Amino acid sequence: MKIAIPVDDKSMETSVCQSFGRTPYYLIYDTESQVSIFLDNSAVASQGGAGIKAAQTIVDNQVHALITPRCGENAAKVLMAADIMLYKTINTSIKDNIAALNNGKLSLLEDIHPGFHGHGG
Amino acid sequence: MKIAVLSGKGGTGKTLVSVNLASVTKESIYIDCDIEEPNGHLFFKPKNYVLESISVKIPIVDERLCSGCRICVDFCKFNALAFIINKLIVFDDVCHSCGGCIVFCPEKALSEKDKLIGIAQCGVSENVTVVTGTLNVGESSGVPIIKKLLKDFPLGKEFIFIDCPPGSACIVMESIKDADYCIIVAEPTLFGVHNLNMVYELVKLFNKPNGVVLNKCLEGENPSEKFCLEKDIRILGRIPFDQELGKLNSNALIAVRENQTYRDLFSSLLQTVTKEVQHETVTNP
Repeated sequence: MKIAIPVDDKSMETSVCQSFGRTPYYLIYDTESQVSIFLDNSAVASQGGAGIKAAQTIVDNQVHALITPRCGENAAKVLMAADIMLYKTINTSIKDNIAALNNGKLSLLEDIHPGFHGHGG
Repeated sequence: MKIAVLSGKGGTGKTLVSVNLASVTKESIYIDCDIEEPNGHLFFKPKNYVLESISVKIPIVDERLCSGCRICVDFCKFNALAFIINKLIVFDDVCHSCGGCIVFCPEKALSEKDKLIGIAQCGVSENVTVVTGTLNVGESSGVPIIKKLLKDFPLGKEFIFIDCPPGSACIVMESIKDADYCIIVAEPTLFGVHNLNMVYELVKLFNKPNGVVLNKCLEGENPSEKFCLEKDIRILGRIPFDQELGKLNSNALIAVRENQTYRDLFSSLLQTVTKEVQHETVTNP
C-alpha cells in the first residue's frame, strides 16, 4: 500500500509537517517494498487553494492512504473523491506513524477543518 | 471628491465618522463597502430602497466534452479546479471568476453560470443617498460587490464617502482604489496603534493622500497621536470619548442631526478634509 505524509525535510528522520496543503515535501512510502520517495509540494506558495492542488498531487501519485495531523475541507473533498483513506498522525515521528499504521493503531482523521485561507496554519 | 474612511480594526469609528461627515454636507453619497456587516443603513434608515442582486460567473463542466487534458487545472492560479478519477471538480468558493479556464479549454467543455453572492441596495435619507452592499453569509470574497457599488452608483455628487471594511485585505484595497483621499480612524490604545500602522502602510502603498481622525480621545497620553507625530501624519481632528455621543450612536441616531455641538465638530472636520483634498489636487493634479 502506498501512503503519503507531509514532512518538513527530505529525510526519514525529519518531522511530520503540521500543514497538509503548505508542507514543503511529501513522503511517499510503499509499505510492501518499503521504498520511500520525497516529492516537492508545488502548492506550497499558491495564492489560494493550496490544499486542492496538494491533494491533486497525492491522487496523481496513486496513494492509498494519507497520514496527516490535519486536513482542510477542500483537500478532503478531493481525497475522498479518489477514495484515499485519511489517518490522523499520533506524533511528529515518521517512523512511529508508519509503524502504527502497519499495526492497525492509527485512527481515521475525522475533524476536517474549514480552511485557514491565509489566516493561519 | 471620493473620500474613503478606513481603520485597522472594527469598532474604531469608521461608520461614526463617515455617516456624520456625509450628513453635514449639503448633499452627498454614502457607500457602505463593509459588505460583511454593513451597518450605515441602521443610522440612515433610507427610504425607497431599490434592491439589485449581484452574481459572479463560475465555470460549469460538460463531462461529455471534457477530455481530461487538465489545461484548466494548470491554468488556475487559485487552484479552483481538480481532475480526480476522470472527473473535473470545480470549487466554487475558491474561483475568482477570471474566466481563463473557459477561454483555454480546447474541447469547449467549460461554460459560465451565474452564482448569486449578495445584494446592493440604494435609498435616500434626507440629504444623503445611501448605497449598501451585503455579501451572503458563507461567501468568501466581497470584492465583486464592492466593484459594483463603486462603479454603478456614484452619480457625480460633490461628496462621496466610502465606509470601508476593517483591516487591510483585498476588500479594503478595492474600496480605496479610486478614492481621492483616505481618512484613517484611530483609537487611543496600543492595539489601535498596531492596526493604524497596518492601514497607514496600505494607503502609502496606494499613494493616497491621507490623514488621521483620533476617536475616543481621553485626557492623558494617546498612543495613536504619538504615532502620528512620529510618522508626521496629518491629524485631521479629534472626537472625544463622550457619553452623549455614545448614547446617540448606540441608539442608531446620527449625532450631527441631533446635536449642534457634534454638528459643529463634524462640519469643521469636513472643512479640514475638503481643504486637504483641494490642496492635494493642486499639488498633485
